[in-house]
Amino acid sequence: MNRRMGIRLGWAVLAGAAADLAGLGLIAAAAWLITRAAEQPPLTALSVAIVATRAFATGKGVFRYAERLTGHDVALRAQAGTREQLYESLIPPQRPRHGGADLLSRMVDDTEAVQDLLVRCLLPAAAAALTALAAVVLGLFVLPVSALALVTGLVVAGVLLPVVTATAARRWSARIAPARAALAGRVTDLVHGSADLAAYGAGDRALDQARHADTALATLERRQARVHALALAGGTLTQGLTVAAIVLLAQDAGVGSVATAVLALTALVSFEPVLPLAAAGERMAGITAALRRLKDVRSTSPAVTEPSSPAPVPAGPLTVEVEDLVVRHPGAQGRPAVDGVSLTLTPGRRVALVGPSGAGKSTLLAALMRLAEPESGSVRVNGVDIRELASDDVRTLMTGLTQDPYIFQTTLRDNLRLAGPDADDEGLTRAVREARLEHWVERTGWDTELGEDGRTVSGGQLQRLALARALLYDPPVLLLDEPAEALDETTADGLMADLLDATHDRTTLLVTHRLSGLERVDEIIVLEEGRVIQRGPHDRLVTEPGYYRDLWESEVLTRR
Amino acid sequence: MRAERSVRRHLAVTLAAAVLAGLLVLVQAELLAGVLSGRFAVTALTGVVAVVGLRALLAWTQGVFAGRTATGVKSALRQRLLGRFQELGPARLTGHRSGELVTLTGRGLDGLDPYLTGYLPAIAVAGVVPLAVLIRLFTADLASAIIVLLTLPLIPIFGALVGMTTKAVTERQFHALSRLGGHFLDVVRGLPTLRAFGRARYQATVIERVADAHRSATMRTLRVAFLSSLVLELCASLSLALVAVPIGLRLLGGSLDLTTALLVLLLAPEAYLPLRMMGTRFHASMEGVAAADAAFAVLDRTPDTPPGATASPTTASPAITSPAITSPGATSAPPAGAARIHLDDVTVRYPGRDDAALEHVTLTIEPGEHIALVGESGGGKSTLLHLVLGFVTPSAGRVLIGETDLRDLDLDAWRASLAFVPQRPHLFTTSVADNIRLGAPSASLEEVRRAATAAHADGFVQRLPAGYDTQVGERGANLSAGQRQRIALARAFCRPGASVLLLDEPTARLDGRSEAAVVAATAELSRGRTAIIVAHRPAMIDLADRVVRVHEGRLVSDTAAVTDLGSLR
Repeated sequence: MNRRMGIRLGWAVLAGAAADLAGLGLIAAAAWLITRAAEQPPLTALSVAIVATRAFATGKGVFRYAERLTGHDVALRAQAGTREQLYESLIPPQRPRHGGADLLSRMVDDTEAVQDLLVRCLLPAAAAALTALAAVVLGLFVLPVSALALVTGLVVAGVLLPVVTATAARRWSARIAPARAALAGRVTDLVHGSADLAAYGAGDRALDQARHADTALATLERRQARVHALALAGGTLTQGLTVAAIVLLAQDAGVGSVATAVLALTALVSFEPVLPLAAAGERMAGITAALRRLKDVRSTSPAVTEPSSPAPVPAGPLTVEVEDLVVRHPGAQGRPAVDGVSLTLTPGRRVALVGPSGAGKSTLLAALMRLAEPESGSVRVNGVDIRELASDDVRTLMTGLTQDPYIFQTTLRDNLRLAGPDADDEGLTRAVREARLEHWVERTGWDTELGEDGRTVSGGQLQRLALARALLYDPPVLLLDEPAEALDETTADGLMADLLDATHDRTTLLVTHRLSGLERVDEIIVLEEGRVIQRGPHDRLVTEPGYYRDLWESEVLTRR
Repeated sequence: MRAERSVRRHLAVTLAAAVLAGLLVLVQAELLAGVLSGRFAVTALTGVVAVVGLRALLAWTQGVFAGRTATGVKSALRQRLLGRFQELGPARLTGHRSGELVTLTGRGLDGLDPYLTGYLPAIAVAGVVPLAVLIRLFTADLASAIIVLLTLPLIPIFGALVGMTTKAVTERQFHALSRLGGHFLDVVRGLPTLRAFGRARYQATVIERVADAHRSATMRTLRVAFLSSLVLELCASLSLALVAVPIGLRLLGGSLDLTTALLVLLLAPEAYLPLRMMGTRFHASMEGVAAADAAFAVLDRTPDTPPGATASPTTASPAITSPAITSPGATSAPPAGAARIHLDDVTVRYPGRDDAALEHVTLTIEPGEHIALVGESGGGKSTLLHLVLGFVTPSAGRVLIGETDLRDLDLDAWRASLAFVPQRPHLFTTSVADNIRLGAPSASLEEVRRAATAAHADGFVQRLPAGYDTQVGERGANLSAGQRQRIALARAFCRPGASVLLLDEPTARLDGRSEAAVVAATAELSRGRTAIIVAHRPAMIDLADRVVRVHEGRLVSDTAAVTDLGSLR
């Protein structure tokens, strides 16, 4: 946190404390005013108290307003800062994490924790501490022993109870988390497995199990509520007993009715900002867990190591040589995902990668794009090993249509332009035409906002939009991962035909599971379990018994 | 419903405890004023302590019972939702975004907590305590009571006024806030795409700019929105000053005694507090109301029952207990042994889709016949399987099993004679063995192993860390697609009594080796049974006696199996 943030935070704390102090002052002045008036002094003796009462009353509202504004400003800034940091640490290629989309949205939720920490925990705690301090100091001046009682009560309510609730909340969330996960698992089973359950008459059993999981969770949550209840009761008790003790002490010491009333009522009010801290303590468990997760994200090392002094980017027509490349998914046992693959892409040459899912096709592309670190072997571009280049530079040379392309919540035009910020309308139109998307674009309109998750975009349109991006970006080596995925047969065949026209004379590496049109590429490489099992032109491969011929025959059979 | 009755009782206890604790504050003020003014002896402090003790007890009661109420309500809603998932059945569950349903039953319903534990008790207290304070003030000091009576309504009035004027602005802003959250999530989700086009770093500056613009816009609105709380705070504190100063002056004149004065000073804030508390709690509970709305939307979805889905029209009432999985007039038992399956001019339409999934399909499958369904995806092959399973009912036409309409058949009993392997079989979060004996819970481990062996699954299951007792991870994550497929096949083998086999692309997404194993297992399984297999690959199609081609919802050809693939090339 930088210095200016610290200053802003300081103002927020001061404003909060001022509001609480005004509340304290209001009750102290009013108590003094009333008890002193009962002794019937001259009116002038009361004038200061009258003014003070009114001033504190006004101040309380105004300072509270200031506190809420400064507090929210600081919190928003802090959250923005956390998000920027999180984003920065996500920019380098990441190793795949478990949890996928859910994990990302949880990460984003976690950045709210910083806001919660400030607005709901730190700021109120600081303001409460200052107010408590003022009440204690007032007590010290009037009757030191009463200050001792007050300190004891405030420490119990403001330190002990929050610590207890924070500890209990942490322990309970550790017990409740598995119960939640179990319930989520059962619900997932019920929803995703509904066909299996219905077909096998097992629905009632699964429903029973889900209900049991719910009952188990409810039982735990019911017991967890006792922590909150105890904190509430403890706070009430501490406040009441402290006030009673102070009255008793004051009357024993014979300080008079004015001092007794002032001491008792300020003590009563000084608890008001302190009591909510127990609930803040309960929140802390969740907040610290969120902050820890964010820290873990920041401290994970990226998937590839950047060179300390990157080599200059090769220029001119590019030749890519992949030699005996081995890539293993991090932490995976057994056979590597890519197991000794070699291939050469000379300028203008088009190579297709074919094979069953899980054969390592996408992993090979990831290694070419410097998104995955090879275990051995090399990828050279005009003789330069891509490990010696900055990974961002590698992706200016080799990129294109990646797995799971993403549609942003913005206009169609901006979704396309991210691959070519400087492209003019003509360039955009050409890319759209080459991706056979022009009719859809005409219907949809360039400035239409595309929905969340591209929901208004069908699978086929999404794929073609991603293809248009790749064509617009026009890298020296074009990588295309399943461009015809999720398209119906006719469109897919048409797209492949157009694609092969558009990539004519472009250095292209095409991953596909459909074979239509592959007679036009220079080489087909069939991968299985990370290894090359067949390679050659289409005409030869269809005559050899093996995977490629089998696949070709089944495609012919299912086509009309 | 017993559970809901007990929830109502818990809620009643919660509210009673909250109100009682609020009223005890009056007693506490009474005693404290007496002690401080010297009217009561110091021994009255024991009274104060007793009241405080009682209030603490009530606070504890309120906390415990509020917790019980919240968990009770959430649990009841959840149980109803779970039952609802079951009734919706496979055909209509796929219409929902399944991830959302899982979130709704979990974190979504937790949003109800602030409403149940905070807002409801606050309403009860706000309804009773200010009134009680006013009554006590009227009996103690008329002038002060009138001041409080006149200023008290200012809180709801100002609250409503400021709320109304800022409502539109704040709502727009909160919408923008969620959009900003959305923007950030959007960018993070799209990072791989940004990275591929070298835009990831540039986007960091966009994030900063958006956050900055958003913050200053938010602060502009908050300056107005917080005015409401400023007004409320000022109303309350100025009223206190308004009460305290005249009291002081009247004390000076001797027209008021100190006990009453202190009582008024202690009581006046208690009149305003519950109203302000209610406002605060209201805002905190809004999210939960949205969650409840979402839950009820799922529970009430019955009326738009599509003609093509399982639920009968009789479930149009929100009665959630009627099981829609079994058909309404399910009386007839399915014919014993293998029966002829006959689709008689069947048309299936899914809601929200213009074109029919199946159109005027007539097909007869004799007992023991093996049919391969081929054709492009989306053509209606899976719908045909779902028809036979009873997941969807025809919009027109009939499905006959033997001579009986499937609608008149006891669906559970009919399904007991089927073995189904869906396109993406779901593996449940339990052991491998329990996954295999899904349709035959009483099967012994020996029978499970026999089924697994027949499905070519025994080998890899044995190699798993705990063999058949190995727990399957979430969505079967620790098994490959081929292994999952073979466990699903083992499920089918574990139903030796099944007379009809329904397989939906069992070899899709499998590598060559797994495919061979699955084809061999399927050949074994279909021996002596009727088999309907949605197939793409030649090895699978080879198993069939007849190849039926489905295209855009219609049967376009029905031929004896082509055995000589070479002639097609």
